[in-house]
Amino acid sequence: MDILYNILIDPFVQMGSAPDFFLQVLWSGFVAGTLYSLIALGFVLIFKASGVFNFAQGIMVVFAALTLVGLYQAGVPAWIALFLTIGAMFALAWLVERIVLRNLVNQEEIILFMATIGLNYFLIGFGEYVFGGEPKPMIAKELGLPTGSTTFEPFGGIVIIEHLDVAAVIMAIVLVSALAIFFNKTRIGRALRAVADDHQAALSVGISLNQIWVIVWFAAGIVALATGIMWGAKSDVSFALQIVALKALPVLIIGGFTSIPGAIIGGLVIGFGEKLFEIYWGALLGSGVEGWFAYVIALIFLLFRPQGLFGEKIIERI
Amino acid sequence: MFYREVGQFKTNYTADSQVFPILQDKLGIIAMLVIAYLIIPLAGNDFFITTVMIPFLVFTLATIGLNILVGYTGQLSLGTGAFMGVGAYSCYKLTTIFPDVNIIIMVLLSGFFAAAIGILFGLPSLRIKGFYLAVTTLAAQFFLEWAFIRIPWLYNYNASGAIEVPQRDGFGGVVLAGAAAEPVTRYLVVLSIVLAMTWVASNIIRGRIGRSWMMIRDMDIAAELMGVRPLYAKLSAFAVSSFYCGVAGAMGVFFWLGAAEVESFDINHSFLFLFMAIIGGLGSLIGCYMGAAFIWILPIIIRALPGALGLDINAATVEHINFMMIGGMIIFFLIVEPHGLARLWQIAKEKLRTWPFPYS
Amino acid sequence: MNMAVKPADANDGRANAPEVMLDISNISLSFGGVHAIKDVSFNIHKGEIRAIIGPNGAGKTSMLNVINGFYHPQVGEITFKGNTRTQMRPYVAATQGIARTFQNVALFHGMSTLDNIMSGRTLKMHKNFFWQMLRYGPAMQEEVEHRERVEEIIDFLEIQHIRRTPVGRLPYGLQKRVELARALAMEPELLLLDEPMAGMNLEEKEDMSRFILDVNDQFGTTIALIEHDMGVVMDLSTRVVVLDHGEKIADGTPAEVSSDQNVIDAYLGVAH
Repeated sequence: MDILYNILIDPFVQMGSAPDFFLQVLWSGFVAGTLYSLIALGFVLIFKASGVFNFAQGIMVVFAALTLVGLYQAGVPAWIALFLTIGAMFALAWLVERIVLRNLVNQEEIILFMATIGLNYFLIGFGEYVFGGEPKPMIAKELGLPTGSTTFEPFGGIVIIEHLDVAAVIMAIVLVSALAIFFNKTRIGRALRAVADDHQAALSVGISLNQIWVIVWFAAGIVALATGIMWGAKSDVSFALQIVALKALPVLIIGGFTSIPGAIIGGLVIGFGEKLFEIYWGALLGSGVEGWFAYVIALIFLLFRPQGLFGEKIIERI
Repeated sequence: MFYREVGQFKTNYTADSQVFPILQDKLGIIAMLVIAYLIIPLAGNDFFITTVMIPFLVFTLATIGLNILVGYTGQLSLGTGAFMGVGAYSCYKLTTIFPDVNIIIMVLLSGFFAAAIGILFGLPSLRIKGFYLAVTTLAAQFFLEWAFIRIPWLYNYNASGAIEVPQRDGFGGVVLAGAAAEPVTRYLVVLSIVLAMTWVASNIIRGRIGRSWMMIRDMDIAAELMGVRPLYAKLSAFAVSSFYCGVAGAMGVFFWLGAAEVESFDINHSFLFLFMAIIGGLGSLIGCYMGAAFIWILPIIIRALPGALGLDINAATVEHINFMMIGGMIIFFLIVEPHGLARLWQIAKEKLRTWPFPYS
Repeated sequence: MNMAVKPADANDGRANAPEVMLDISNISLSFGGVHAIKDVSFNIHKGEIRAIIGPNGAGKTSMLNVINGFYHPQVGEITFKGNTRTQMRPYVAATQGIARTFQNVALFHGMSTLDNIMSGRTLKMHKNFFWQMLRYGPAMQEEVEHRERVEEIIDFLEIQHIRRTPVGRLPYGLQKRVELARALAMEPELLLLDEPMAGMNLEEKEDMSRFILDVNDQFGTTIALIEHDMGVVMDLSTRVVVLDHGEKIADGTPAEVSSDQNVIDAYLGVAH
């Protein structure tokens, strides 16, 4: 009975007895969720337009952030470094299209997936070779990101909200809105969706596949840069980030591989769930559950809704 | 000219379904066995045997395990490392509890524990496919990694959190495992297990069970309409695959590393085996040997190269270049031949058959 | 070839009071709001060649999918060899002796022709995992026995020369033939053929027609076939059922059906 009490009742008693702390946990879950959503967003962009499950999205986040910081440390002013990094992400997108995608057109999904793991390894090696492997501080202040925090006092307790986190959330909202408009309202956006539906049909109506791919990978690169800046500002920029980035996968499972709203909601579900579970239930299992909780949630979720939150039920045809 | 099956007739179906139906192939295999069993133990030094041959064989076995799942059954798995860990930790516990039983038996038995865990984490495959399944195997990977740290019983409450291989004798006093074991002894044990298990894998694959795996891989709906039960086919593939990975993990710790902690079974290892399977060739057993050799031995050569050329490059840089090389090589191979080294080898053999008259 | 069931048996079934092998009653199937099949009933006699025809989207393939358990109808019953059921897994259909080919060839592309046909023997092979591991003794004996049966089918369909070829490399017409071979390897009692002649030229169609007649004749296999080529349908089939927009509009001998006004309207369109 003790076990049942510890699992079913005690956590909620804790939540109720310290509502300020509970709010704090929720807020940190929200911020983490936003960042997961951003990484997942990069995956979704690429998967939608090219059907490639881009394993390297995580390392692209690290790579973008490293390039930015590395340039700054080499003496380039912060804002110029930012533009140069955007340029680097474009170059990366262009090279990936030229060297990898163009040569692997029409291959099976798993082959393309493996190619992105290859890209992942290459970028790790290249990033460490050029910028070194040690963690670096993000140049948050130089880029004009807010610091400091505001303290609220609800329920007679305290909740601390970092301004940086607020900035991260705002940036995520802006980025997602911009992408949504881009996808739905522009000519290129329409072409993107056409390519996503059927490569050959898109080609046959005169859409340049290669151009679309560069655009999409570039967009994913920008998203990666934004994620890298925010995440780097919260901790440091290091290659450890890529393991965290893998958490975008369960996020995608919950949201579905092709849905932008799905990526956002999936990210938030994982963010909230993970923090709450770690704080209120983790101790029962000996803590450290953050490492696998997201995946197990995704697994359980899949058993009940294999098509994801927003996916349609698939009717198989033969 | 020399490699031809002309005049080699098969008069019954048993002979027709051999792995190496051509005489020249048989001779080649015999030559390889002679090298593996006689020349390497006699001529190879300890460094070569411990850092090249033993890990190469262990990785080959893990790759075969993964290939059964990915290459033959079409179920993508990113949890190979963790399944190897299950094998390693259960072998450690087994030999702790039964110190007198021959360690080779324990290594093989530990495969069953890995198989059980494999079946458990294979259950989602009944409902989900492809990348979705890959993510659930990631759940296995991270959950098991966590379990290897958080359940101290698994490593006998060692302060270091690592498992250390105790000395184990067998066959009348020969030291098989532990610090005192001769590299050659360990090599021969590993070689024999890997070859025997390769033979078994090839038997299973060519028979009814292997065919039902491949049916599921190529077209699961049609397979079910032909009478394959997805439940049995998929779970048996998960079980056999994890068994192989588990044995590989146990061998890796007991006959190669000598001690291991959770880092030896992390996600990067899972990827490494996936690379080996892909570079070698999905759905090919020979490919597993080729892939393992390529991914394991190429970095060793790269590491040794600066020294041999008299260049002074620090170790970290070499490691970075190594990463870039492997990443680049994977992309290169996928572009040139997505079906891996095994396919290249097959093409070469076909060319050789008609050489020097390619149109005859 | 000694695999022929006495032809007399098969013909008996057709000539005298016909024995119903498969009875489909009041089947309705819908996906969401789309009604693929609406209240369709018909039966298939033992030993006959039953054609299912109709314009595109009439629900013919869905009907086959219902028969072999791939789709589950919301309403209606299916009685096969006296067993009535509303739902079952495709696996069960296979064990009961229903085999099929597919509209878009569904071969196992990573396997050779021989392995593809051997895969049809899956249900007939029972030797356990242990012997499979050793590929020796009973397992090897079983493998050879079934290989012999498969070789007979290979001879029958005249595909000896492509035995070792990966099926992905075969031309379309041969792939269709391998698919038929694979279905035959299951030694089915009821064979469902989904457009066996789609995309074939005249010569290939003639070959395929001959094989279908031979299968029916020599093995006594009951055949249900979907086909668009009216000439083929009229020549091959014993009875024809016509579907349009998921409903049955005619059922009878080829001659009856071809003079039916509903059928003519469905195919040529009616002036409204």
